[in-house]
Amino acid sequence: MRINADTVLRLADLARLSLSADEVERMRRDLEAMLDYVEKLSEIDTSDVAATAHVLDIATPFRADRVADLLPVAEAVRNAPQHDDSSIIVPKVIE
Amino acid sequence: MPEGWEPVIGLEVHAQLRTDSKLFSSAANSFGADPNTQTTEVDLGMPGVLPVINRRAVELALRAALALGCEIQPLSTFARKHYFYPDLPKGYQISQYDEPYASGGKVPIQANGELRTIRLTRIHMEEDAGKLIHDDAITGGGVSHVDLNRAGVPLVEIVSEPEIRSAEEAGAYLRSLRSILRYLDVSDADMEKGHFRCDANISVRRKGADALGTKVELKNLNSFKFVEHAISYEIKRQIDVLEDGGALVQETRLWDDKAGETRPMRIKESAHDYRYFPDPDLAPLRIDPEWIKEVQATLPELPLEKRQRYEQELGLPDYDAQVLIEDRDVAEFFEETVRLYPHPKTVSNWVMRSLLGFISESGQELRQLPLTPSHLAALLELLEQGKVTAASAREIFQEMAGSGLQPADIMRERGLEAVSDSGEIEALLREVLEANPSQLEKYRGGDQKLFNFFVGQVMRRTQGKANPKVVRDLLSQLLR
Repeated sequence: MRINADTVLRLADLARLSLSADEVERMRRDLEAMLDYVEKLSEIDTSDVAATAHVLDIATPFRADRVADLLPVAEAVRNAPQHDDSSIIVPKVIE
Repeated sequence: MPEGWEPVIGLEVHAQLRTDSKLFSSAANSFGADPNTQTTEVDLGMPGVLPVINRRAVELALRAALALGCEIQPLSTFARKHYFYPDLPKGYQISQYDEPYASGGKVPIQANGELRTIRLTRIHMEEDAGKLIHDDAITGGGVSHVDLNRAGVPLVEIVSEPEIRSAEEAGAYLRSLRSILRYLDVSDADMEKGHFRCDANISVRRKGADALGTKVELKNLNSFKFVEHAISYEIKRQIDVLEDGGALVQETRLWDDKAGETRPMRIKESAHDYRYFPDPDLAPLRIDPEWIKEVQATLPELPLEKRQRYEQELGLPDYDAQVLIEDRDVAEFFEETVRLYPHPKTVSNWVMRSLLGFISESGQELRQLPLTPSHLAALLELLEQGKVTAASAREIFQEMAGSGLQPADIMRERGLEAVSDSGEIEALLREVLEANPSQLEKYRGGDQKLFNFFVGQVMRRTQGKANPKVVRDLLSQLLR
């Protein structure tokens, strides 16, 4: 068993997810199945193959340095659970 | 510092790039706008958006890397760095991780009169996070406000090797780097505005030891003064702990300027697991050799090269050269003035005293002043020709630096023409000698100091406008 419950709980903590005991076990099995799947790669020799950074063999396209399409401030803050006219409001994050 | 210890310091500098728009979005990269007025869907981390890289940002990053002598990677990748904090809407920062665009390079520094270089590990590009406002006076208390204007602004992170050995060297490194980035027009590098931010990794070890000591990361060093104070404090703290037989903890500490000390930052252990992986939204960044050549060809003379040229070709003292090159605008003003009035040391004196004095007193920048190199050159001509005295020239300088009027016009308007007419001066000298018979007797009796007394008397009678050279020459003749 390469993935144990502690590993799942640690990942859940990093991702800010709260999992029930059932979910922890289901995640553990899923993650292990994923590792098994990727394991297939070790059956072939990839020592001469560069690590894949992107699935397409292209370079990233460039954008000209121009300002456009600014959102009105009311739109920018609208989706936040709490906001005023100009700012997103969150619980205080420092003492 | 106590004997027998050696500090080991590495610095990480984040510098904002001077672009119009952000790194991956078309929102404006501007400082001081009203909160949340400079965003697009990309900066807010809305679903379904895609980042597209700003070519100008890459070009500026390339300028910095080439000027610092880095090796440019033809292909580099962007990665996601994950953490949760309200200033980061996507839940990850787009950065470069294992394949940065630039590696190696060096920064020249001058500390304790010695010139040496600090090697760089790498430079990578990344986007900035937003800004949090905790001030109760603004928020009403109990909450924090999030301003995402800065989210997505392009940064380069410049990472030094742990080769810095003192707080003074750290200060010299930062000043040199700031000056280079400004010369390149890559960044305003203004620490007060957060355009130039520094974290320090500090450890200490016994002199001669190979192994590195336990490392502390120091954050919140947001002014040049703080950097040196904080590093000095931290070095001393670490040595004290070790000399008392204690052990250091690897941790992040914050500089508290009010208390004048560093304090551990309370942070969860797991927060440092960033789970980097290549950003699937961004294909690798390709920088063609042609582009490198193009950018290389546009690099200006850098501060250190300028300084050496001022010393070697213009014969300026080391101190003058160092002061003149600090700001590229000032250096260019100096050079243009020397082209018009080819006496480098005289021009240097005027730039250092009068011009820099005026700039610091007026709180303005050189480019805001109506003053041009031809103004200063014209003034120095008047001085050389004896048309004005040095005191009058200083007065004229003050006026023309503020108004942009021509020095000759100011001279006429204020009646500052020097009295050079030898008949007039000779008459004044005779008056002075007659009015001070006892001093004249003492002088003749061998008290040479009184020569200057007579000169001073003539100056007083002309309100400082008599040409001092004419006065001295005539006085020598009269006393002979």
